[in-house]
Amino acid sequence: MSVSPIDGFAANLKQETHDAVYKSTKVTHEKRTKLLFDHFPDANRLREIAGEIKQHVIENLDTYLPKVEEKLKANGVQVHWAATAEDANQAVLNIMRKRNATKIVKAKTMVSEETELTHFLEKNGVECLETDLGEFIVQIDHDHPSHIVRPIIHKSRREVAVSFEKNGLGAYNDDPNVITQRARVFLRQKYLQADVGLTGANFVVAESGRLVLVTNEGNSRFSLAATKCHIAMVGIEKILPRDRDLPLLLNLLARSATAQQLTVYTEFITGPRKSTQVDGPDEMHVIFVDNGRIDVLASDCRDILRCIRCGACLNVCPVYRQASGHAYRSVYPGPVGAVLSPLLAKERFPELADLPKASSLCGACQEVCPVNIPIPDLLLRLRDKNKQAHGPSAGTPPMGAWSILASQPTAWKAAMAMGGAVNYVPRILMPGPLRKWQDVRTLPPWKGGAFRKWLKNRPTKKS
Amino acid sequence: MSAPSANRPVNKRVLMLATCLCDAYFDDAAQATVEVLEHLGCTIEFPEAQTCCGQPAFNSGDWPSSRRVVRHTAKVFAGTAPIIVPSASCAAMLVHGAPLEFEKEADKGEIDALSNRAWELADFIVNGLGVKKWPGKYQAKIAFHTSCHSRGTQSGQATLTLLSSIEGVEVMAFGEGEQCCGFGGTFSVTFPNISKGMGDLKLEHVRAAHPDVLVSGDSSCLMHLSGLAEKEGKPIKTLHFAQILRDALKNGGMLAN
Repeated sequence: MSVSPIDGFAANLKQETHDAVYKSTKVTHEKRTKLLFDHFPDANRLREIAGEIKQHVIENLDTYLPKVEEKLKANGVQVHWAATAEDANQAVLNIMRKRNATKIVKAKTMVSEETELTHFLEKNGVECLETDLGEFIVQIDHDHPSHIVRPIIHKSRREVAVSFEKNGLGAYNDDPNVITQRARVFLRQKYLQADVGLTGANFVVAESGRLVLVTNEGNSRFSLAATKCHIAMVGIEKILPRDRDLPLLLNLLARSATAQQLTVYTEFITGPRKSTQVDGPDEMHVIFVDNGRIDVLASDCRDILRCIRCGACLNVCPVYRQASGHAYRSVYPGPVGAVLSPLLAKERFPELADLPKASSLCGACQEVCPVNIPIPDLLLRLRDKNKQAHGPSAGTPPMGAWSILASQPTAWKAAMAMGGAVNYVPRILMPGPLRKWQDVRTLPPWKGGAFRKWLKNRPTKKS
Repeated sequence: MSAPSANRPVNKRVLMLATCLCDAYFDDAAQATVEVLEHLGCTIEFPEAQTCCGQPAFNSGDWPSSRRVVRHTAKVFAGTAPIIVPSASCAAMLVHGAPLEFEKEADKGEIDALSNRAWELADFIVNGLGVKKWPGKYQAKIAFHTSCHSRGTQSGQATLTLLSSIEGVEVMAFGEGEQCCGFGGTFSVTFPNISKGMGDLKLEHVRAAHPDVLVSGDSSCLMHLSGLAEKEGKPIKTLHFAQILRDALKNGGMLAN
């Protein structure tokens, strides 16, 4: 029996999906840990320093945002501000219309998942193509990503082969090399036909206006080299103060995300093509997206804005491993999503009230976080917030009566003495939580008060 | 989780917080705690009015209810003596949880003072009293489950240090040892399938190591794991590490049977 939607997802997850998610998250997590601690004598201190840098940024966004705008403009970049998802999508469409552009190639960006950009553009007659292989498969399958870094972690190669066949990308073949080659051939021509290339940014440096992009497939490079216009859609929290903060963050990001020392492609972009350069877009835009981040900043969960979207917390999370990403019903799954998604959902918070509860509070997420976000504390704060706002209980048993009992010693001792009834009452008469416990577990025999009695009566008492 | 502060009091006159689970189910773990501490020369005071650390309501998001219980605990455990807790989870509630939920409360100072006196049992023995070798003997292959509340604290390592120093004990490593067992308080009833999935995985790894007994510093993890195993018809033996320490003393003739 499930009381939480997430638990229901876990119960109904196909064994094949469960095994694929479990195996691949476990392997990545173990490699990540080995790499990080083999290479750095005090990797945990590095995580703390990176966390301090990002915390400094989000607490000083009011000075960094104008600064970065000034630098970007000086570099020849056009800067746009989008308060909402709609504003961000509209800004992309406006840029395209101004250029009479009809085709866009898209590199992977989480913020565009948030704004549902692809859907919006397609509705407005734009041909929008995902070029990250995983996102491409999600797109042709009309599916949703289930992981921040590995969107199709929930799919087997057999499923991918089937959808390739269905979409006219060759007869069934589930060899990953064949699948990749076919995608490559298909995507190549699309880059050349596209008018605009859209990317996100992993970091935007305030002192230089430099955009940094990391990928493993080179698809963002392709979309920048082949198109005349580059649009970067960026969350306002992606800023780093100085160029010299990059080595630390890049070292941590690649190891945390994919257990690599460095991603295959790391691009540093300082504006559109200069007259001395042969290739590159003539026009470059950065759209800074708020979409609820300012509200998060104003809350006591602001630390979550440090997140650099590496997915390490998903990989290590035992709940994510059991439930997979779609269980979280939002763009950001896993521990980071359990904090961020309900916050970004604003008035839809109650729909996602079970997310902050989807954690045994084991602390593994904070332990691996490259920017040391105290995720368990934030989950707890959201639970408190939900309770204070009289949000849905999401299956949590009420604690009021218990707390009165637990602050009155006489009543407590009496309850200890009487609780022995638990040993004898039929299950059907038990209170809900106890019965739920017993659905899958036995209870040890009730020994209420036995220790106190021993302590009082023992002959060898010393004190 | 924040680590306990470095200047917690060390004193052989201690207060014991037995935990509600020991009060209700695991009386022998609490009894062993007393016997172990007395063997080390400690004088134990057990405040009769104690109840629970407040964690169930804290984790459930009912912070006002939790604060009510924590305030009661602060009152009952007034003074300056170290507070010894035979549970990493309840100790973490005092050390980390309570200050978090009192952040904006007027009496935060009193709660910080309580927090600063809390020691998990193994942490107190090893890092407080400086005992790193445990006497006596205990003939067993032990699988030690490091509970999650030992993360960021010294408790897990301290317990391992004690257990592996006992003559006759063989500590068995098992797969994914750092993973949570899936208990998580009310999590275990609101997310029953995930909780069971996590527990089953833990049991699978533990069983593969063929230990004689599964040991932990948290009775809650053990209650969950042994409950799952028993329901499955494949029971496993579980013990709190204090029981191992106490029985080692008995086996070595240092404590009357």
